[in-house]
Amino acid sequence: MTASNQEVSLGMPQLPAPAYPAEVLARLEADAKEVIARYPGSRSALLPLLHLVQSEEGYVSRTGMAFCADQLGLTTAEVTAVATFYTMYRRRPSGDYQVGVCTNTLCAVMGGDAIFDRLKDHLGVGNAETTDDGKVTLEHIECNAACDFAPVVMVNWEFFDNQTPESATRLVDDLIAGRTVEPTRGAPLCTYKETARILAGFPDERPGAVEASGGAGPASLAGLKLARGEAAPHARVVGQRGGAPQDAPQKGAEHLSSHARPSPDPHPSTSPFGAPDATQPTSASDPEHPAGPAAEEGE
Amino acid sequence: MTLAAEIDQNGTSPEKLLAPVLSSFWDEPESWTLDTYRRHDGYEGLRKALAMSPDDLIAYVKDSGLRGRGGAGFPTGMKWQFIPQGDGKPHYLVVNADESEPGTCKDIPLLFANPHSLIEGIVIACYAIRSSHAFIYLRGEVVPVLRRLHEAVREAYEAGYLGTDILGSGLDLELTVHAGAGAYICGEETALLDSLEGRRGQPRLRPPFPAVAGLYACPTVVNNVESIASVPAILNKGKDWFKSMGSEKSPGFTLYSLSGHVTSPGQYEAPLGITLRQLLDMSGGIRAGHRLKFWTPGGSSTPMFTDEHLDVPLDYEGVGAAGSMLGTKALQCFDETTCVVRAVTRWTEFYAHESCGKCTPCREGTYWLVQLLRDIEAGNGQMADLDKLNDIADNINGKSFCALGDGAASPIFSSLKYFREEYEQHITGKGCPFDPARSTLWADDKDDKNAHRGVNA
Repeated sequence: MTASNQEVSLGMPQLPAPAYPAEVLARLEADAKEVIARYPGSRSALLPLLHLVQSEEGYVSRTGMAFCADQLGLTTAEVTAVATFYTMYRRRPSGDYQVGVCTNTLCAVMGGDAIFDRLKDHLGVGNAETTDDGKVTLEHIECNAACDFAPVVMVNWEFFDNQTPESATRLVDDLIAGRTVEPTRGAPLCTYKETARILAGFPDERPGAVEASGGAGPASLAGLKLARGEAAPHARVVGQRGGAPQDAPQKGAEHLSSHARPSPDPHPSTSPFGAPDATQPTSASDPEHPAGPAAEEGE
Repeated sequence: MTLAAEIDQNGTSPEKLLAPVLSSFWDEPESWTLDTYRRHDGYEGLRKALAMSPDDLIAYVKDSGLRGRGGAGFPTGMKWQFIPQGDGKPHYLVVNADESEPGTCKDIPLLFANPHSLIEGIVIACYAIRSSHAFIYLRGEVVPVLRRLHEAVREAYEAGYLGTDILGSGLDLELTVHAGAGAYICGEETALLDSLEGRRGQPRLRPPFPAVAGLYACPTVVNNVESIASVPAILNKGKDWFKSMGSEKSPGFTLYSLSGHVTSPGQYEAPLGITLRQLLDMSGGIRAGHRLKFWTPGGSSTPMFTDEHLDVPLDYEGVGAAGSMLGTKALQCFDETTCVVRAVTRWTEFYAHESCGKCTPCREGTYWLVQLLRDIEAGNGQMADLDKLNDIADNINGKSFCALGDGAASPIFSSLKYFREEYEQHITGKGCPFDPARSTLWADDKDDKNAHRGVNA
């Protein structure tokens, strides 16, 4: 339909991008008008309009950029300069589900690198590549502001917290098989195009989308629960000792103190060679919760 | 004995050390709704603010000592005061919700669980600076948060907290939620303004500062989410209550985000000045069987600390005196299994990727840092490379157009300062002595003794 196959440009002049079909154009023009009206200066609508054209085609095509330029009285060069600056605008057709694995330092160290490697193998694609069925585009992403839930995987910009290579593999298998997938934090997945429409500033109208996955995630409540005198929210501390929750904080304090306090510490478990924790439930050992075990760890 | 009493023997009672304000009802079933917010004194701060004159309100916030929570720590009330009044131009408030600094994860959970605290703060701030149009610039990659912001803004309009003649005060205010499109640099306030004007997000030369010529060249306040969201509580409970927490120069409460190799990662809201030792003591410490190696006090752009710094008071002055910055209070903790060269290489790749390209020191410098670091990590480095790293970082730091360059230099300087030997080990040993599998979240799950061989790196 549109000029989508021009991945390699040899510097030859291109014909103007084809226009949207009339009914698409009419629909997008009405949306664009609403977007532009939100801002005192019309050019401010450019980023949302680029999200809007992405919601039409799944990527920002030359047709989409020409549309934005028309709506805002800009040149296509001005629009292209902006569209190519921001990483969320795809410049070629991609999958229905964008699976982004955080490989910034903290997530990478906590397992993001291993998850990304496993998914590349499992899907047979490299970074920013799409599976042959057009379902999944895999990419590594930068810090997504969920470090207390590391390692994090984002699918269409919904949170899948505390992932493992196994849980992430199940996740992409579910996406490819068309099974319903629910994020740890966020609403049941919609397609990339539908997500782009929300980003353009049109609220998600699916019933239950706003309240889906409940309030704050378990890690977000860690401090609040402690301040109320409740146990540290992570099962690992309890399980490890096999005792009452009240043991937990002191256990950790011992570990910390082993190297940081001047007094000698008698606890052998403080060595880095200490006994590994065999009892902590994680998503790797929790097939009931493929999307992420975070909610379980909280109890 | 109760948990609280037992911990208290160590002098680390969470009840005493923590102070949930913004996070105080995040565990309610529908914490993000207007109903829930109202049940917790929601929009009471606004009523008190509207009873004051705008100038008195600015003075009140200034007196409270509230400082910016986005990293720089600039006094919020003073920022408001800089807006020229009676100049005949529109004034704008732009909330920086572009939270992207590696390690930083406070504004996103705050907006997910309690978006109305921000909206109430916005109305108060706009009344103070005489603005009738505010914007929330939210990074695009967090759709669950965008959904709740859309809904909260809709609720606020419906209830008369936004729109015309708010609560009968005569104040009119439009609030626009704007989703970004993936660019770390847009967290820099002038790049954010360019982005909000529909341009590439590149920083502007200052002066003029945004307070004089910001959005559409009009006087503009750019504040971080947490700064603005803290204002309603200050109004409602009083500046003296606020000042009773923290220190004289760093008063109040704030969100500390604990992440990495810790037993209980998460958000811990506490008075400014708590230490990492206190936070770890109360929350279960470093993950079992491991030791803290290095950590950041406020994201990757703040020079890293080691276990020597566990007792540094985490406020603006305390962290500054210890050679770093409080930043965003993103406490990323790494244990002894973590290779510092790998960590710094990855952060540097991030800065190189996110450098906007406007100025040469940052654009070229971050590129060359990555080349050197990758070589060193892979065992192909030379000793002279370490001085070269320092030298390049020195040519970026303070010589770049904006703070992104300074941030890129921070991990280089600080890691070479504390862990130069580890860099040398990569060079002399021609490779990385660490096993990345040992650092993962699941590394210690299996009772696999083999996994623990050769750790004494």
